[in-house]
Amino acid sequence: MSVEFTQKIHDTLADPALQLAIYTATGRLVEKRKESIAPDALPDYQELRSQANAIKKHSIENLDYYLEEFQRNLEARGGKVVYCKDSTEVSDFVLSLARERGARLIVKSKSMTTEEVDLNERLEHHGLESVETDLGEYILQLAHERPYHIVAPALHKTRYDVARIFTERLHVPDENVPEKQTAIARAVLREKFLSAEIGISGANFLVADSGAVVLVENEGNARLTTSAPKVHISIAGIEKVIPRAQDLATFLKLLARSATGQLLSVYTSFLSGPKRAGEIDGPEEFWVVLLDNGRTKLLPDRSKRQSLYCIRCGACLNTCPVYRKIGGHSFPWVYSGPIGAIITPQFMGVMHEPALPFASSLCGACGEVCPVKIDIPKVLLELRSDVKKAETREKLNRLEKLAFRAFAWLMTHPRVYELAGRMAAAMAPSDDGRWIRSVPLAMNLPPVRAWLSCRDLPPPPAKSFREMWRRR
Amino acid sequence: MSRDNILHRVRTGIGRSAGQAPADPPPVRIRIPEVDLEARIGSMIARVEALAGKALRDADPRAYVAAAIEGKTAVASNAPYLEECGITSLPGVRSGITDSVELREACASADIGITSADYALADTGTLVMLSTPHEARLVSLLPPAHIAVVPRGRILTSLDELFSILPDPGAVASSMVLITGPSRTADIEQILVRGVHGPGQITVLIV
Amino acid sequence: MVDQLFPKVGMAMAAVLERLGYQVDFPEDQTCCGQPAFNSGYRGEARTVARHFLDTFESSESIVVPSGSCTAMIVHHFAELFHKEPETLARVHSLEKRVWEFSTFLTESAGVEDVGARLEDVVTFHDGCHALRELAIQKAPRRLLAHVRGLELREMAPAEECCGFGGTFAVKFGELSGAMAQTKIEAILRTGARTVVSLDPSCLMQIQGALSRAGSPVRTLHLAEVLASR
Repeated sequence: MSVEFTQKIHDTLADPALQLAIYTATGRLVEKRKESIAPDALPDYQELRSQANAIKKHSIENLDYYLEEFQRNLEARGGKVVYCKDSTEVSDFVLSLARERGARLIVKSKSMTTEEVDLNERLEHHGLESVETDLGEYILQLAHERPYHIVAPALHKTRYDVARIFTERLHVPDENVPEKQTAIARAVLREKFLSAEIGISGANFLVADSGAVVLVENEGNARLTTSAPKVHISIAGIEKVIPRAQDLATFLKLLARSATGQLLSVYTSFLSGPKRAGEIDGPEEFWVVLLDNGRTKLLPDRSKRQSLYCIRCGACLNTCPVYRKIGGHSFPWVYSGPIGAIITPQFMGVMHEPALPFASSLCGACGEVCPVKIDIPKVLLELRSDVKKAETREKLNRLEKLAFRAFAWLMTHPRVYELAGRMAAAMAPSDDGRWIRSVPLAMNLPPVRAWLSCRDLPPPPAKSFREMWRRR
Repeated sequence: MSRDNILHRVRTGIGRSAGQAPADPPPVRIRIPEVDLEARIGSMIARVEALAGKALRDADPRAYVAAAIEGKTAVASNAPYLEECGITSLPGVRSGITDSVELREACASADIGITSADYALADTGTLVMLSTPHEARLVSLLPPAHIAVVPRGRILTSLDELFSILPDPGAVASSMVLITGPSRTADIEQILVRGVHGPGQITVLIV
Repeated sequence: MVDQLFPKVGMAMAAVLERLGYQVDFPEDQTCCGQPAFNSGYRGEARTVARHFLDTFESSESIVVPSGSCTAMIVHHFAELFHKEPETLARVHSLEKRVWEFSTFLTESAGVEDVGARLEDVVTFHDGCHALRELAIQKAPRRLLAHVRGLELREMAPAEECCGFGGTFAVKFGELSGAMAQTKIEAILRTGARTVVSLDPSCLMQIQGALSRAGSPVRTLHLAEVLASR
């Protein structure tokens, strides 16, 4: 595993305040979700999950058809569609449109896809001001940090952190009451909304039969981003497309509940193109950027392509005992948690961070809560196999491969296995049945050391089971 | 350009050819429960109140609004229904704006925004608003308080019923917004704060 | 693992089964189900070990396993390993029908919940993740514990959280695994129970290892050991 990965995990584990913040925030979301999908609250929950999975599976298996249908229908309503293959094409498109429209200020609503393509950095590099308007994202933008969580980006920040950030970056007097901090942000961002020339959003869903972009939020910043400026650009991964507006009756029931335990998010916007004749407000131009950025790489694998079903609810993060300990910034890419662990290797190649698929106890909690039934543990296991195949090809980690070859040999030679067991038991210290705190040097291999760093080892029994069994 | 390239990669990845008909999608899943009007109204009110909004039934909308805007500035949309209720003629209510700059300025400075609603969803306490020449988007968005007047017959049971009536919302409007409670965030220490960018106060008048 | 580290678990399970009138056989050639190799990404090596398992238990009528994770490996993942070998796959499907996790065997195959056990103790039950989520086992062990005379069961809160073992995860990510174990033992200690019971020896090793390091007198017992008590 990379030194960076190990270090980040260690640093997060060693920070008690951060541990508490992550654990309580995710714990709250876990409880709220549970209440909202309980049998008396949502009796159809499992059925809805199956339906959602089936719709996503069908959409991905017929993706080209639905992308074309989406484009046709959106263009019929005055919208425009652009396909971009990577980050550079996205920023090039936005920059050239901004230049043509004489735009200097852009407001942005929360979008992991735009994080993925480093949009803000690229725009700012070219002299545009691109302001995040979701409160959590805004705080992080001021702090020059990446989001910590898909749904709760500033989960790791205390109100005192926020006070410091606001004072330093906004030059306002020290204020650590969340309501007042929110009011400060509201005032600053209101000005931006009303003077920006371009509003950029992501998309929770792209609806093929209506040519529509669906945005789900709680603050109202996505509504403002897509209603006030003259130009609206929605940047969406190609996997976001679903066949019919009526499918939202399934997805919307699952999304907010899975994310925060709400029945529905405060605002759900269904946007089909620019404002129409006679409308007083609304964008004059409506652009949708359909982004590949590696998604097409996931399509050929019939099992792993289910990773593209994700509706970005964050439930897997909240429930994952590993995420709840190592937090979002330990992960090597913008997507964290179990979903991050399965898409990162597929987008970046398994050798980008070969330890990532192994950073899981395979407890299965993630697959259990996924509203679209992505079998995350299965994909993790497949990725582990992919990592080992790649390592074999590149002649890396040969000692480990040898060890498992030896393991397989030993386990198919029962008499040798038995002998080995007796030898190990003889070597190990047995202190009247008490668990072992340290071992002799000969036995102190890295795995044994790793175990003993925080746990005791069981003492070897006087007789193995098969010896006891024989003596009956 | 990238379009053809990307679509080609998609097709190769999933094993389809250009122009190939799609497989049959899973049938649409819409379940509309039988709930009578009284129960729908009751549910709507309970849900809105559970979200810290206010909901009233059978109130006289004109009288309610007149009291609510006392000492405050208000802007109303151009919904004919609001005119019928006599709300737009109340002194202190700016209405009939058709210029976008004027509308923006009025909404940005008003304390209260008053609108009608096209539908409501009883099981979640949701207002459904379609943007039209009569219902502009910013009226329910910029002012810190929002009053919506909803004819009782427009209260549907749920999302399922909405999408059954409007299988393609884009056919009727460029924007359909589902509003479920006041604007909120829990971004700072998971502490709930209302009225972030949208209105922090919602009142639903069921008439 | 039972064979080399926790033989009493095996003996206890055999005792319970014999008391119920079963003839218990221990095929000496058995070693492992291959899970460590499979979980570590070495599918070829896992297949080798799995084949040996298939051979060893070819003619066994019912195979009772004192481990949720091993059972899950056999009934869910063997088929994955041999999906390209139709003949072996057929043997796997036959095997799947004959393999039982211990508590499930008692409640579903033997149809019993009271095995005549007695143990004066205050215990809490740890649901191992494989048993809980891959095999949907939750009620069976509790029903069995409910009939143990003198036993008080207290549930943990939060329940259903991973102990952090995860096979090689425990040593590849030692610090992280240890942190997860800490959270688990804190939940255990909050119940005031004196004993932790589970169906999975690997979970028990992780939990006992952490309890012992913390100097806690709380002990762990496999469900079989509780049910064998008189």
